[in-house]
Amino acid sequence: MTTMPHHRSVRTAALLAALVLLAVPACTRAGEGDDSPVPQVPGGAFSVGLTEPDHLTPGRTTSSYALQVLQGLFDTPVALDPGDGHVIPQAATSVQSPDQRVWTLRFRPGATFHNGEPVTAQSFADAWDAAAYGPNGWEANSYFAQIDGYAALNPADGRRPATDRLSGLRVLDPTTLQVTLAAPFSQFPMLLAFPAFAPLPRAAFTDPDGYDRHPVGNGPFAMDGDWQHNQRIDLVRAASYTGTRPATADAVHFRIFTSKDTAFTELRAGHLDFMSTVPAARAYEAKRTFGKRYSVRPSGTMDYLGLPLWDHRYANPDVRRAISMAIDRGGITRAIYNEVHIPADSVVAAMIPGHRAGACGETCGYQPVKARELLDRAGGFSGPMELYFANSDPTYEQWMTAVANELRQNLGIRDVTFRKMAAADLGPILNSRKTTGPYRQNWVIDYPSMQNYLAGLYNHDNRMGWRNPRFDELLAKGDAALTRQQSTAYYQQAEDIALAELPLIPLWNWQDQSVWSSRVGNIVTDPYVAGLHLDRVTVRH
Amino acid sequence: MGRFVARRLLYALPVLLATTFLIHALVFVLPGDPIQGLAGDRQVPPAVLAELHRRYHLDDPLAVQYAKYLGGLLTGDLGRTFTGEPVADVLAGRWQVTVRLGLTAWFLETALGIALGVLAGLRRGGWADRIVLAGTTLAIAVPVYIVGYLAQLILGVRLGWFPVSGDQDGWPAAYVLPGLVLASFGVGYVARLTRSSLLENLRADYVRTAEAKGLSRRRVVVLHTLRNSLVPVVTFLGVELGSLMAGAVVTEYIFNLPGIGQQVFQSIQLREGPTVVGITTVLVLVFCLANLVVDVLYGVLDPRIRHD
Repeated sequence: MTTMPHHRSVRTAALLAALVLLAVPACTRAGEGDDSPVPQVPGGAFSVGLTEPDHLTPGRTTSSYALQVLQGLFDTPVALDPGDGHVIPQAATSVQSPDQRVWTLRFRPGATFHNGEPVTAQSFADAWDAAAYGPNGWEANSYFAQIDGYAALNPADGRRPATDRLSGLRVLDPTTLQVTLAAPFSQFPMLLAFPAFAPLPRAAFTDPDGYDRHPVGNGPFAMDGDWQHNQRIDLVRAASYTGTRPATADAVHFRIFTSKDTAFTELRAGHLDFMSTVPAARAYEAKRTFGKRYSVRPSGTMDYLGLPLWDHRYANPDVRRAISMAIDRGGITRAIYNEVHIPADSVVAAMIPGHRAGACGETCGYQPVKARELLDRAGGFSGPMELYFANSDPTYEQWMTAVANELRQNLGIRDVTFRKMAAADLGPILNSRKTTGPYRQNWVIDYPSMQNYLAGLYNHDNRMGWRNPRFDELLAKGDAALTRQQSTAYYQQAEDIALAELPLIPLWNWQDQSVWSSRVGNIVTDPYVAGLHLDRVTVRH
Repeated sequence: MGRFVARRLLYALPVLLATTFLIHALVFVLPGDPIQGLAGDRQVPPAVLAELHRRYHLDDPLAVQYAKYLGGLLTGDLGRTFTGEPVADVLAGRWQVTVRLGLTAWFLETALGIALGVLAGLRRGGWADRIVLAGTTLAIAVPVYIVGYLAQLILGVRLGWFPVSGDQDGWPAAYVLPGLVLASFGVGYVARLTRSSLLENLRADYVRTAEAKGLSRRRVVVLHTLRNSLVPVVTFLGVELGSLMAGAVVTEYIFNLPGIGQQVFQSIQLREGPTVVGITTVLVLVFCLANLVVDVLYGVLDPRIRHD
């Protein structure tokens, strides 16, 4: 190669580059179309942007992308109200228990799967048994842990179980299922809204792989052709559906994207009707472009810093509080998440019944001076501090850098280093309690109950190595209480202990940003399990 | 020539073994547990973990894993993805997309690159030359994902000339834009290579001889100079065919094309060893073959090069 660019050519190149950059703002044009309300007329088809799910058999997945598809394909025993998360009947007509331990589920008679097979109590029992049976390796396995007989299906040593049935399930008649739990659990009905509790037809067991490509459900929509991996999933209104939530639109087309930015660009070009995972980096652009067709809603995901309590330097609660008070949550969510994430002021998110604003008090506020005093009084912090986080999202390193700087500045901890690694590597380190410093993890709720956070984050296998008998006692009391008010009161007392002891530091709650085209109306999304309520969407056609 | 081809094919065998082993080692020896990584904050019950480990041979030592993989490979079994799909099926459903994209980009690169290079070389120092130089500098300097998103916004959303993403419009509509983006770097490179090689050869003795014989300028350039000037370009284009297949990772991600590149992207994120290794094996094979074709082509283009 002998060619070297002339000086003049360089200038021309700079000019060209400037021209291209000038052309970009001109491209931020609002999505065109008719902004009048969409008429409430049945019919029409709409498209939804999706990320490739892992499985479409209800018990085999906990991926939110799969759950969005299953929301249309299956009726679970109950559903959660999109407004406040209270339990409403769906495939079951009633879920009752005299003692919070033995539950009786009565199902709607005459319901069928999309292939005509009747939905009976046995269809539910079969589905639950399959998911709870350890050797099947189904993803939603742990959702069945409260049911009597779960331990026998999941031996701790990994050996093959002697039975493949949950002893806690009894089919009393074709429409009645009796469920016995290992211990009283007042929040059980909420659990039943999770898709893993949907019924399965016989085809799911005779040809599991075929079924995963073409799941036959009992919901308002049925599969239209097979799942085309990484491309599309098509649903069509189910003619046989007799349940509580018939579909308004005729068809839903899920288009699968690897890049959420590309999906967003497609929506702006008018080729897609809805997406609920707009990247936080594009918050201002989405707000400006879509106006009324943009919504931001809390999601049930919380980022937190867990602390290794087996390391003596973190054993004093005052040290943990000092770390918490040295972090400027508001500043970080503003700078890195465009205010899409909300600073946490309690363990549970604001949309969870029983949430108390400011339950965390000044511990979760930004108090750099008090933090330093607290740390000094507790004897200071010696040695290096290692911060652990996964590399699955570039924003983690961005805010971890901010946290590290704040700890250096506000607490005078000089040596703060990063341990950044793949999520697949971080998990085992956390599980074996080999962390030597604070680690970033998030909690994704399974159902909107305080209990889900408390039991999920602070159970006996927790990764902080924290134990508190009083906390355990309050949690058990809440699980056994006969009314919702009583349960909530016990859970709140337990939350107070968790916040006072602070084995983990709540940071912020995520929010989901949705945008949609002017072709669709009646967009109802919820932060629980359903996502977009596909059955309610109306289409201009 | 036949012996040359056979020898080169034999050389490809150790290359193939070494690369698959290396990738295998890189993917599998990493500490950590991909199954636990998939589950996030939720701890996987031991019975489920044991079953999944058994299914993907995660508990075996590296040598055993690799031996099992090679054994499978010989019988045409490339393993299974974490969603239970055979890797061979995944590849079967996807290779057309990547080949279509790769070839589209390759032809665009060849045609545009050589044409621009010849134009710049013959009009040395003129306006055309300067514009080509500036344009190719830009194309080489700007990362492919920025070119991709800009092309989507300007040509897809704003002007509506091309589909923004996906392959539902089929070839050529759905492949021209991603093909251009994928080719952008190569076009710049080929143009510059052609230009400098052409300029060098135009000063060669045999060109002066040809001109002295009274041949037309056109004949001198096309038949005598260009053909010899293309040797380095062909080397680059041959290797480039393989790189384009690999470079498709980013382009397929941006343009949501369900090809091999997109699959590699997902599999690396999920640490799906068998899928990554399977696809890499195929890519290495393509690369080796492309290099062989290049070596054979040398002889055709420049009679001074002989293969014995």
